[in-house]
Amino acid sequence: MRGVDIMGIVSVANLKKTYGDFTAVDDISFDIQEGEIFGFLGPNGAGKTSTINMIIGLSRPTAGEITVDGIDVRTQTKKAQALMGIVPDESNLYNEMDGFDNLCFCGALYGMRKEEREAKARHLLEQFRLKDAGKRPFKAYSKGMRRKLTIAAALIHSPRILFLDEPTTGIDVESARQIREMIAGLKNQGTTVFLTTHYIEDAERICDRIAFIAKGRIVASGTVPELMESVSHGHAIQLVTDENAESLAAELQGRFEGSRVEVRPDHSVVIISKQRIPLLPVMEYYNDKGIAVYEARELRPTLEDVFVKLTGIESSMLKKEKEKGGAGR
Amino acid sequence: MKSWIAFWNILKKDVKNYYLKPPNISWGIIFPLSWTLMQLIRTPGGNILQLLPGLISMSVLFGTTSMLAVTITFERSGRSFDRLLLAPISLSTMVLAKIMGAILFGVFNAFVPVIFAAFFVNLGAVRWAVVLPAVLMIAVTSTLLGLLIAVSAKQVFEAQTFSNFFRFPMLFLCGLFVPLPSVPVFLRPLSYCLPLTYGTDLLNGAITATSSLSPVLCFSMLLAFAAALFMLCRYNINRKWIL
Repeated sequence: MRGVDIMGIVSVANLKKTYGDFTAVDDISFDIQEGEIFGFLGPNGAGKTSTINMIIGLSRPTAGEITVDGIDVRTQTKKAQALMGIVPDESNLYNEMDGFDNLCFCGALYGMRKEEREAKARHLLEQFRLKDAGKRPFKAYSKGMRRKLTIAAALIHSPRILFLDEPTTGIDVESARQIREMIAGLKNQGTTVFLTTHYIEDAERICDRIAFIAKGRIVASGTVPELMESVSHGHAIQLVTDENAESLAAELQGRFEGSRVEVRPDHSVVIISKQRIPLLPVMEYYNDKGIAVYEARELRPTLEDVFVKLTGIESSMLKKEKEKGGAGR
Repeated sequence: MKSWIAFWNILKKDVKNYYLKPPNISWGIIFPLSWTLMQLIRTPGGNILQLLPGLISMSVLFGTTSMLAVTITFERSGRSFDRLLLAPISLSTMVLAKIMGAILFGVFNAFVPVIFAAFFVNLGAVRWAVVLPAVLMIAVTSTLLGLLIAVSAKQVFEAQTFSNFFRFPMLFLCGLFVPLPSVPVFLRPLSYCLPLTYGTDLLNGAITATSSLSPVLCFSMLLAFAAALFMLCRYNINRKWIL
């Protein structure tokens, strides 16, 4: 058997989930290393929540293996759950209870003693900027506040792994920003984070590694640079000039052998090459021609470009889902 | 110790959030009182002592099944119940904690007609040593029946409808209105399959000395029903709620 340090704190092997004839998760495998933020990206219905539910023990796999810190989730579910903090895609605390009592109750479910859970609840309310709302019933909270309290509730027992299912969907911009900061802060404290989202920008900003899931299968995984590298066909730089230099396209192409030059009507020029392109000769060329260059930057594919290319799912579809989900940007 | 902390806090939360809410307290008092008054009006001058076993049983049955089925279905639809399923406590601890609130509510309900009766008749001859455990066992079995329904229902109204499907036939078959020996022979096997039959018989024996079964048999049957229902509920929760 492989050691925990090699297989990761969460290890999923050949996981499958079917509901009748429908296959929600189709033979997926991945490892999450301790202390990393692992993003699980895909459109609605891709199998993200089905996967998370199997890992946290809320759903039984049809086939495959899941271990959390070396513990088999299928046979020792409760032991594994003690290590986890779980934030479902819906804020599901108790409406009648106030914020403080909700947090204390969640701490009690993990066997925390009264003084310990009350001290931690006060600390979390402060950390999540909910101190003033601590005595208000959960039903009176705004969407963003509900989301933050639900995350705080998952952290009350200081879990080693935090599962976040769509944490920023449908909430206000400020709350979404605070949640992203909080996730980054958790990483600094050594907490492992498993994040499912269909907000590609969120994943790009905060995740160490990302797996793309579509139609129940993982289509690619790796760090953001690795994923970008996998679809990149070379390097590209874009220059913004003070005049339209369309007539110079052929001359530029001849001057920079092995490159392709695109002169665009918006006064910009894109030079594409398999090798990295040094900027100075290009700048000198324009200088000699008496054309001012206002801006020069390297063009990289965005993670959304990578996602679209690898999954074949149009970004417009993701955008529609975002709009349905609400603000959160 | 950790399980005990979780158990106690689930119970405390349910009692505070559901059972001690003014509408439920008033329902817990008004409902048994209404039953008592209805019976008194129906049989003016009737012996309250003879009505008492039936009133206690009905109060417990309706109190426990209604409350538990509703609270669990409510928590299931809001997904807050998932928190309990995801907590590192055994399913048995969780089930026990959830039913304990309803059992206490049922016992509270049972004593409303008793207190009412105490104003009209002398309860000195009542064998409380039998009444108390009998009420407790009726509350336990009825609560577990409520839980069994809650596991099958997705919405609160479904839970209420399913509850009535077994509650009302049960009332007529358990010996409350029709004494067991007078129940038609072809229905009698069904009567003996109902936990309320044994609870009512115990109460009849302890309050009016008119039991038709041995108390030992009745307690044994109630314990057996409680154990079987508990296992069945646990199995169903595991099968239906952890998909």
